[in-house]
Amino acid sequence: MRGALAIDSRKLGRWALLTAATLAMLYILAPLISVTWLSFYEQEIPSFPPEGYSLRWYKLITGNARFVDGLLLSVQLGVSATAIGLFVGVPAALCLSRFRFPGRETLNNLLLLPLMVPGVVLGTALYVFHVEAEIATGGRFAILGSTLGLLSGHVLVVIPWVVRLVLASLAGFDRTLEEAAQNLGADRWTTFRRITLPGILPGVVAGAMFGFVASFGNLEMSLFLVGPGRTTLPIAILQYLEWKIDPSIAAVSVVQIVLIGTAMLVTDRFVKISRVV
Amino acid sequence: MARLELNQLSKRYGDFFAARDVTLDVADGEFLVLLGPSGCGKTTTLRMIAGFVEPTSGAVRIGDNDVTQLPAWKRNTGLVFQSYALFPHLTVAQNVAFGLEMRKAPRSEITQRVGEALELVRLGHLGDRLPRQLSGGQQQRVALARALAFQPDVLLLDEPLSNLDAKLRQEVRVEIRKLQQSLNLTTVMVTHDQEEALTMADRLVVMSEGAVRQVGSQRDLYERPADRFVAGFVGRSSFLSGSLETPERFRSAGGIAVACRPSTVAIGPATLALRPERVTVTPEAISDVENGFVGEVEFVSYLGGLIDLHVRLSPSDLVIAQIPNREDGFMPRTGDKVHVGWTVASASVFPGSGDDADSADL
Ligand SMILES: Nc1ncnc2c1ncn2[C@@H]1O[C@H](COP(=O)(O)OP(=O)(O)OP(=O)(O)O)[C@@H](O)[C@H]1O
Ligand SMILES: [Mg+2]
Repeated sequence: MRGALAIDSRKLGRWALLTAATLAMLYILAPLISVTWLSFYEQEIPSFPPEGYSLRWYKLITGNARFVDGLLLSVQLGVSATAIGLFVGVPAALCLSRFRFPGRETLNNLLLLPLMVPGVVLGTALYVFHVEAEIATGGRFAILGSTLGLLSGHVLVVIPWVVRLVLASLAGFDRTLEEAAQNLGADRWTTFRRITLPGILPGVVAGAMFGFVASFGNLEMSLFLVGPGRTTLPIAILQYLEWKIDPSIAAVSVVQIVLIGTAMLVTDRFVKISRVV
Repeated sequence: MARLELNQLSKRYGDFFAARDVTLDVADGEFLVLLGPSGCGKTTTLRMIAGFVEPTSGAVRIGDNDVTQLPAWKRNTGLVFQSYALFPHLTVAQNVAFGLEMRKAPRSEITQRVGEALELVRLGHLGDRLPRQLSGGQQQRVALARALAFQPDVLLLDEPLSNLDAKLRQEVRVEIRKLQQSLNLTTVMVTHDQEEALTMADRLVVMSEGAVRQVGSQRDLYERPADRFVAGFVGRSSFLSGSLETPERFRSAGGIAVACRPSTVAIGPATLALRPERVTVTPEAISDVENGFVGEVEFVSYLGGLIDLHVRLSPSDLVIAQIPNREDGFMPRTGDKVHVGWTVASASVFPGSGDDADSADL
């Protein structure tokens, strides 16, 4: 009797867990699924049930120069900002974790700040800074609205992710490995390249990945920094939405989801990002 | 392999000396063991040799070269870490090859030497495994192979056996010693395990509070301890505090007069140290013993082949005796009156009658 009861309650527990997990999954996936579904609608007004299915919205967006240019710019920005962010962020994380120096805490917080500050505030601050800088230098430092200005903003968005995630993986990295390498004859640089970097690679890749996604999806800050005629993909979407709502937006979103999802899956095959985050 | 010399090597952290004026000379092919309680500066000394701790003063010489100013990667020492520190992302063979690669050895030579090093530690068949796929003992041997493959001038071992279980430790102990002898490796090993130190070393160095207390063979340390600390640390001793009345007579605080061998210790406050196994315990008085006393058994611990007795000779004098457990032997019980004795040569006398850590190792 008691045995049967015990099994029953265990079964019940398993069912409850399964239900909760399914609900949570649905909650996360529902928007993704509906947006994907919507993108294949035949009709222009998103109503239910659909009148039919087609690929017309995908054709439409590939013909839309604003979307295509926006995507290109966003990818370029994301890649360059990530590259620069890694170049700055990895050494910064190394210094922060290795050395105790005055102002270390301040620097640590400063590097993580862009993550905390709302995009609008960051955008305004950079905008004002660009304007002031241009005035102060008598127009010689005309960075406002330039790709360089936009890029510098995106680097700021990437850095905190790189620093955070590299710091996290450095915390779990055994430093005696570095001593072992040096004992075997590796100088500092070789030690970093052959031992430290492979050890913290999951953190570096995860930082790059998240930094890229943050840059790629950034809307608020970019709004302040883009020049006339140059828009990133999120801005192009926003501008399109001001005029009309049709499934092409859904199609653009699906393209983004597929892009980022593929990148995540591919990198996860080589480096287990899931171990870091 | 080469000779290793430490000359007045010191390391200070703030006001605290982690190592103080350590001077040692390790001969080519010698196995030297640094022994001492936790925190006495053994690891610090070893790391100064390897180049990971910069000495505050003093010099390290390997062979004919002063390496004090050289960074770790130019010193050519092979260090086996307590945690092994195998590179987790490299295979066993790649781990062992690392030192040779750093020395830009040609491919063919690397392959050959890695093979030899792995054979040496009997792991030739596991070259393709990753470290985490090995047992603790196997990892330990890989660490050893890695430290030997590039033919370092000196081999440094920091408590290499402390992560192994007791049985394996005994085996590896012998293995390392044999290897060291057959390859004629100049070796410095750190340990706080006495038995390990005694079985492996050619010579031992006893350290305490950053300083070298005595350097010598097992016998030197055991039979002629240089000071009270060594007498208490290497093996066991019971200590009687009191004073030296004449160069050959010690009187304990409890009034017992002990004949001892003439020493250079100044007349005055002194401490007498006595090895437990040198003390005989009998039910009747023995006539031919030089120092004979009557005492009361205070504590008996039965250790199988041996029996440990605490015998009180006077309110302030306690002696530990270790007697064999023989079938026909006599088995005292707590409270028994017994006769205790030892020869003149059995006791050592040290200056100062401090009763601070007297019973710490009873
Ligand atoms: N970086 C440091 N800063 C301050 N003190 C230190 C530092 N490194 C070591 N010490 C101190 O130096 C002393 C000697 O340390 P060391 O590691 O050499 O001891 P040890 O003999 O190896 O001890 P154990 O047997 O516990 O390993 C210790 O008291 C330790 O606290
Ligand atoms: Mg130590």
